This record gives sequence, structure tokens and C-alpha cells, in this order.
Amino acid sequence: MANLLFNLLAIFTVVCAIGVVVNKNAVNAAMCLLLSLVGVAGLFIGLDAYLLAFLLLLVYAGAIVALFLFIIMLLDTKGDERARVARIPIAARVVALVLVLAGIASFFAHGRLPVPDPTTAPAVGASLKLYAYQLFTTYLLPVQIVGFLLLIAMLGVIVLSKRFEGLDDIK
Amino acid sequence: MIAPSLNAYLFLSFVLFAIGLLGVLLRRNTLVVFMCLELMLVASTLALVAFSRYNQTNDGNVFVFFILTVAAAEVAVGLAIIVALFRKRQTVQLNELNALKN
Repeated sequence: MANLLFNLLAIFTVVCAIGVVVNKNAVNAAMCLLLSLVGVAGLFIGLDAYLLAFLLLLVYAGAIVALFLFIIMLLDTKGDERARVARIPIAARVVALVLVLAGIASFFAHGRLPVPDPTTAPAVGASLKLYAYQLFTTYLLPVQIVGFLLLIAMLGVIVLSKRFEGLDDIK
Repeated sequence: MIAPSLNAYLFLSFVLFAIGLLGVLLRRNTLVVFMCLELMLVASTLALVAFSRYNQTNDGNVFVFFILTVAAAEVAVGLAIIVALFRKRQTVQLNELNALKN
């Protein structure tokens, strides 16, 4: 059951991710990104990280993709764009294909990590209490730094969006 | 509910990252390139959550927490830069943004 669910979500996520890359229209690409993020949130639930699945939907799907859509609509760019696959030389394509296939082959041949059996082990990330405890003890300094980072980002956006007098001669 | 192996999750994360990188390299629209960048970030968070789950630690999950915050800040600043660029040059196509080229 869990395997079937994983396979379905994985295929869904990858197909939607490919849709982001191949879609000529930016709005359609944003919608594909949204669906792909929903798939990743489902995978997070499969990994017992319920809080992160919720946050992923809230932050990415709710805020970031909405911001993307807003900017796409605001700028109203032309959708007549083709991906530049045709201009890549044959030699580069062959080298890239061989490297990717070699990487995948070595991943399946040697990629065995000594991890304990997760079906019997408890899911640590499922409890909210541990997040709160860690964020306020071990990771207190990173939390402060991230708060400062958000403040700087806000100031940066204001500075970037404001029109300054006397800077119009820069072309 | 955790039947798939760690390798399955890591392979999926690798595939998502590769698709995002392909989009960054191939697309010309700055907004779509930025979206593919977000896709790469999400792929890395998937690997972190999978490692965290299979090793019974919570540190990877907390890292994902920070990555989400930084991604939100990054998108805000990046989109502000794109809008400022559009106001100056009237385009978001990467092949037309060549002011630093010569």
C-alpha cells in the first residue's frame, strides 16, 4: 500500500516537474510547479513529516507560487519561447547521456547505506514537541539569524522597488 | 507507513534536482528559470527529510524548516529584482539581458 502510494506520488511529482520545464506558457509552468509541490508534500506525509508537509503547502503553494503568478500576470510576458534543445551539439548530448546513465548505474550498484529498518523504528519527525524543543535550544542562534535575514530581505525588497531620483541615467 | 527504501527517495530527489537543473540551463524566461531553481531547492529538502526519517533524527527536518524560510526570502528579493529589471529593460528574456556582455 505504502509502496503503491509512493510510486504514484513519485510519478505525479516527476511528470509535473517536467511540465514546469517544457511548458511554453509561464502561467502553465507555475501551475505545474504547484502540482509538483503538492506531490512532494504527499511524499513528506509518507515520511511522517506532517508539519513539514503542511508548511510546504502553506509557504510554497500558498505564498511563493501565488507571488510567481502575480508577477507573471503583472509583467505579461510573451509565451512564444522555445527551449534551446536544438542548439546543443551532438557530442555534448552523448557525453551528458553517458554521464547520467553511469551515475544512475553506480547509484543502484553501490548505493547501499547502513540504515536501521524504519518499519520498526519510531517516526521522530512526527511529533511537534521535538521541533519546538530543538528550535528553542539547539537551533536558537539559527532562528535568530533567519529572523534577521527576513528583516534584511524585507528592506531589500523595499529598496529595490522604490524609484530613486537621479539614477535614471544608468542604462 | 514507510515501505519504500531510502534509495527510492534519494533517486526521486536526484531526478527532481536534475529536472530543475535542466530547466535552469534550457529556459530563457527568467521567471521560469527561477521556478526551476525552487524545484531544485524542494528536491534537496526531500533528500533531507528522507535521511532524517531513516536515521531517526530530527535535525534534517529542522534544516528543512530553515530552507523553507530562506526560500521565501529569496523569492521575495528575486522577484523584486526581476520586476526592477523589467522596468529598466522591458524584457525578462535571458538572451536579451546582455548589458554586461561587452
